[in-house]
Amino acid sequence: MTEFVKPSIDYFELWPLLVVFGVACLGVVVEAFAPRRLRYVAQVGLALTGLVVALVGVVLVARDVTTYEDGAARGILAVGGTIAVDGPSLFIWGLVLALAIGGVLLFAERHLDGGVSAFAGQAAAVPGTDAETAALVANREHTEVYPLMMFAVFGMMLFPAANDLLTMFVGLEVLSLPLYLLSGLARRRRLLSQEAALKYFLLGAFSSGFFLYGAALLYGYAGSLDFAAINEAVRNDVGSPALLLIGTGLLSVGLLFKVGAVPFQAWTPDVYQGAPTPVTAFMAAGTKVAAFGAIMRLFYVALGADRWSWQPMLWIVAILSMFVGAALAITQSDIKRLLAYSSVAHTGFILTGVLGLQASDQLAIGEITSLQAVLFYLTTYGFATIGAFAVVSLVRDAGGETTAIDRWAGLGKESPVVAAVFAFFLLAMAGIPLTSGFVGKLAVFSVALAAGAWPVVVAAVIASIIAAFLYIRVIKVMYFDEPVGDGPSVAYPSVLTATTIAVGAAVTLVLGIVPGPVLDLAAVAGEFIR
Amino acid sequence: MTQYVVLSAILFTIGCVGVLTRRNAIVVFMCVELMLNASNLAFVAFAKQHGNLDGQITAFFVMVVAAAEVVIGLAIIMTIFRTRRSASVDDASLLKY
Repeated sequence: MTEFVKPSIDYFELWPLLVVFGVACLGVVVEAFAPRRLRYVAQVGLALTGLVVALVGVVLVARDVTTYEDGAARGILAVGGTIAVDGPSLFIWGLVLALAIGGVLLFAERHLDGGVSAFAGQAAAVPGTDAETAALVANREHTEVYPLMMFAVFGMMLFPAANDLLTMFVGLEVLSLPLYLLSGLARRRRLLSQEAALKYFLLGAFSSGFFLYGAALLYGYAGSLDFAAINEAVRNDVGSPALLLIGTGLLSVGLLFKVGAVPFQAWTPDVYQGAPTPVTAFMAAGTKVAAFGAIMRLFYVALGADRWSWQPMLWIVAILSMFVGAALAITQSDIKRLLAYSSVAHTGFILTGVLGLQASDQLAIGEITSLQAVLFYLTTYGFATIGAFAVVSLVRDAGGETTAIDRWAGLGKESPVVAAVFAFFLLAMAGIPLTSGFVGKLAVFSVALAAGAWPVVVAAVIASIIAAFLYIRVIKVMYFDEPVGDGPSVAYPSVLTATTIAVGAAVTLVLGIVPGPVLDLAAVAGEFIR
Repeated sequence: MTQYVVLSAILFTIGCVGVLTRRNAIVVFMCVELMLNASNLAFVAFAKQHGNLDGQITAFFVMVVAAAEVVIGLAIIMTIFRTRRSASVDDASLLKY
């Protein structure tokens, strides 16, 4: 038995993480003690302040980190080696926090639906009963969504920074559990929303069961949960290779489920469609960023020496995700489902980047590491997604949001600005030059090519063409089809949603024209601590 | 030691098959819990084999996480049941295609 060593908690480096967690707990207290009329202002103010303070904290920590033990990476291992505060962690923290600020702004939007938020008046009231009507008449709303979201943000920050399997599992659950609840809280179409929550929860719990058993087997193989120790064990080939192989496979099931890769994509369209649109926007962007951070850390740091056994698996998953996502997106008639399948295709593109070269010392001049390419792609994808879903929440009719694509016909005439912004986001997702999506795709494809994964890149290019067709089809519907009946109407958002859309569009445009600064930032982030 | 790991694998498989075949959301959820407990057994068995405490500590964490998951899961299943008067996963089929 080893001696218990008291871990030193590096409060300065963990400051962003602790602020978010503290604000989440404080939000629960506010919910319990503040009177109802004050809660909205208090919760929104608290959440925004917390996120901004944490973002400033990330910048301060990033300026301050030093080289770790003379290696390639910069940063420290905090709390007894369980949390790695290194360059990639900090980059992902910053990105998640920026996306979460957009998420809070969308959550707080009250202009679109006649002075109430997109969340159920009283989630406990059964749809269609007097209790629900009473809650609607009283203009009730759930302000618990803000602390729930802050817990999810905490999970999203812990998940990619976890440096052992236990912390990673805890991060995974802290990320997921609030999102299961948030998916079920829609104000309108509550049956769909509750069904989405049930499906997300059951499948999510199922996949985390796989993750945990995989962790147990890997622990059995290496005798430790620590990534560095697992890497050591893999290099020295200490245990039974069967344990390693099955453990890796089961862990990948859990992680690939979270990013919605084929064949674990079944929940994506249902949950994206059923969840309230602000939740979908936040979840689609944030979860993918966090989960890809975790995937890269697990595969590069813990299982990097065993890459010949997991690479073929990721090849197949990447190719399947791209083709299935793009092909099924074409058949969709609902805009949220279409964006969901397009996110499955994007998962495939990002996995293509994950397959690239890993270490910076293997690079020729002018090449970038796969880590940089994926971080850049995640930035472009995150902002385009949150912006696109924010636009979806604007297009409405009497029954709430109009998500059927054929009802979007004539949007170009009804509201040229909204249609133009949405078309721009779609073009970015398609990867048209002068948008961020083009640079992102170029980056992930070039790192995959450099690593010799040309079959995946060929498949990715073909899938991009299929996907471009579906985005352009939506643009055609918006601009060139005759409106059905009255056509769609566009609700005027408050400054909150407008800011989110504007920032999303601006980032998408700027990263398409001058990607240099963010690519440099990703390069400065450097490597994972190994 | 191998017996315990084999037992945990059997429990995990039973849980996994249960999730895929059972129709009641509560039973599906119980099967997920079985999978988590199978993992716990494996963790504890491997901890004994390797002679360190990591696996046993993990088992405690997993119990806490599983308890949190129960709270959230039962809340969601209860809401669905009160709306639909049914906890069958087949009945919840508005979202498709």
